[in-house]
Amino acid sequence: MRVLLSGNEAIARGAYEYGISVATAYPGTPSTEILENMVNYKDNIYCEWAPNEKVAMEVAIGASLGGARALVAMKHVGLNVASDPFLTLSYTGVKGGLVIVSADDPGMHSSQNEQDNRHYARMAKVPMLEPSDSQEAKDYVGIALEISEVFDAPVLLRTTTRVSHTKTVVRLSEREKIPAPSEFERAPGKYVMVPANARMRHIAVEERLERLRQYAEETDINRIEWRDKKVGVITSGISYQYVREAMPDASILKLGMTYPLAENLIRKFANGVETLYVVEELDPFLEEQIKAMGINVIGKEKLPILYEFDQSIIREKLADEKIELKNFLGETQLPPRPPVLCPGCPHRGVFYILKKLKLVVMGDIGCYSLGVAPPLAALDSTVCMGASVGMTFGAELALKENIKGKIVGVIGDSTFIHSGITGLIDIVYNKGASTIIILDNRTTGMTGHQDNPGTGRTLKGERTHQLDLKEVVRAVGIKNVRVIDPYNLEETEKVITEEINKDEPSVIITNRPCVLIVKDEKQNKYRVDAKLCKNCGMCYMVGCSAIYREDNKANIDEIFCAGCGVCAQVCRFNAIKKVGDMDDQ
Amino acid sequence: MTNKVMSIMVVGVGGQGVILASELLCEAAMRMGYDVKKSEIHGMAQRGGSVVSSVRYGEKVYSPLITKREADILLSFEQLETLRWLDYIKPEGKIVINDQRIVPMAVAVGQGEYPDVFGILNRVTDKVYKLNGPDIAQQVGDIRAVNVALVGALSIHLDIPMELWRKVIESRVPPETLDINLKAFEMGRTLMKVP
Ligand SMILES: Cc1ncc(C[n+]2csc(CCOP(=O)(O)OP(=O)(O)O)c2C)c(N)n1
Repeated sequence: MRVLLSGNEAIARGAYEYGISVATAYPGTPSTEILENMVNYKDNIYCEWAPNEKVAMEVAIGASLGGARALVAMKHVGLNVASDPFLTLSYTGVKGGLVIVSADDPGMHSSQNEQDNRHYARMAKVPMLEPSDSQEAKDYVGIALEISEVFDAPVLLRTTTRVSHTKTVVRLSEREKIPAPSEFERAPGKYVMVPANARMRHIAVEERLERLRQYAEETDINRIEWRDKKVGVITSGISYQYVREAMPDASILKLGMTYPLAENLIRKFANGVETLYVVEELDPFLEEQIKAMGINVIGKEKLPILYEFDQSIIREKLADEKIELKNFLGETQLPPRPPVLCPGCPHRGVFYILKKLKLVVMGDIGCYSLGVAPPLAALDSTVCMGASVGMTFGAELALKENIKGKIVGVIGDSTFIHSGITGLIDIVYNKGASTIIILDNRTTGMTGHQDNPGTGRTLKGERTHQLDLKEVVRAVGIKNVRVIDPYNLEETEKVITEEINKDEPSVIITNRPCVLIVKDEKQNKYRVDAKLCKNCGMCYMVGCSAIYREDNKANIDEIFCAGCGVCAQVCRFNAIKKVGDMDDQ
Repeated sequence: MTNKVMSIMVVGVGGQGVILASELLCEAAMRMGYDVKKSEIHGMAQRGGSVVSSVRYGEKVYSPLITKREADILLSFEQLETLRWLDYIKPEGKIVINDQRIVPMAVAVGQGEYPDVFGILNRVTDKVYKLNGPDIAQQVGDIRAVNVALVGALSIHLDIPMELWRKVIESRVPPETLDINLKAFEMGRTLMKVP
């Protein structure tokens, strides 16, 4: 059967067809839909959201050593979190085939950096496959499992946003029957990485790499497409599609396996063409290795190291075809339309108060990162998940009395569970006095509302123990634990002011769920009383997209208004009222 | 052998149903036996940002992306968003546009102006096909049907038979909204035919 699947859907389907029985992940764009779609096969595949990528990786390793075929998926920066088990996993090898999906994000459509995770394959000395469409994404899951089991290695399946999120035509097959493992096969020399064993295993890793190099020469996922021999292009992944589109006559060496490289095949191709290019997004990963083989190849001299490619970049840089653009807009400036906090978002009130109090705000990653945008503009840092907690403490150590009462850390519920807890333990243990605000909207909002240990539901939709953040925080040793309603600005301001001035650490937890999840239909909408509105502009400062200016008055779009009432609380003329209350007048 | 690839960009604002519209289009193209690719950026759950989805179909499609001067048709759900993608339309390309304005936050708070969209479009091309989506949606009784009405409007520019569209819509919308969506599709299609 032919169906249209995204790369992520195809990987989930591949997991099903090729007999995977355990799949784990922590969400992260552009990888999230892999596990979201894996649930469709939950009768055959156990699937879970882990609290972070390291745990996800470890569960998958355990499943593999237990004898099952397993898959773990994450976004590129997720592999940083999971890199510790990953790098030693290379030494232990596997029992059941193990596929690690790293979804990279060239162009940073929704990421904090643009790291090129192909380097991880080289660092860990594990094989890496790169599909260029959804059919390959599915097929490569099968090939990866085979390589994994034959070579006793975890396999990195590296995608990029344009593979993960592009739908292309895929042919489906049935599920392979893989017998379930019956007992744990002990192999301490292989699995217990104490130095004496690890020294032996490093030898095995190097030998494995040699055998994999041979495999790379033979596998048909590395293939030469001979066309005009004047120009040859070595490429892989989505770049292959752009090259085919932009240079239809060029000969191509398409690498489905990009680590380790098929040196002889590359030499043969290089010898067969007059001019040789390598087309790869981000770092010169292939280029540097090919140059190290002594082969003359043109890459980053002509093509950018930044952001993602498309066919027009290839046409312009390699085929010298430039397109003429007209200035249709003349002098007209188009107002931008960036993503914004939704109307009714519970994060809004907190940021409004943080801005009002002029605090330094060590931020984190989640919807609340949008607190950086004007008019709220109340965020001073975003580095990686969990960083807000340690960074708040660190800034206090640097600035001492000078920052006392002037700084907070802000972190989401999923992010706190992911990696904020350890930072908090540090603050308590080392006698800090930081104030951390946990924006508990009961979901992993930014990535599209996945469940997490705080929501009380699993990926499979089952009810489970709901992690109580208050209890966790108290158990860590925080004595000042406050719960606030972020829709109530007065309370929010009062509690934050009290806590930042204490000489002990504090945690403030907000209690409103994400508006996109819990729709409170009873929540009254708000309206502006034009008679009272003085057009002072205060309500615009809450940065709500339901509020706009018309006829020199503030207006509220009732379709978008979620009834949080934050704007009504900032209005100095009582011009914003609940719809019902106004009708009574 | 010519490999003619149709490139259609669907643009709008998060929450308007851009993605479902492009899904319907892809499904229809696939049932016609074409090779199809669709690419878009999603990830941020928030409402209200610019959204773009690229659909390409033909005998064989390589790149999923539509780059400047490549789009045969721009299907735009919102006036201002149309202007962001003008460079992407082929000189002879068409614009199917929903006559709806969603004021961006910057303009709402008084920074920047909402441009005179049709004034600009009139200078650029005479291949502009306008549809009042919200009006149709109101007539069929569901504001969410705007996207399907727009696909209806788009459909008269494509070589895909009505019967197939019906099947695609049946397979993609919740059963209880099928009648409304089919009606919206047909209204979009009919209104486009008789200007
Ligand atoms: C290591 C890592 N994994 C995953 C992500 C992707 N990601 C960005 S924010 C986020 C979670 C946000 O959830 P939460 O902290 O609950 O905040 P919310 O968006 O709900 O406000 C995730 C998973 C990431 N940036 N880094």
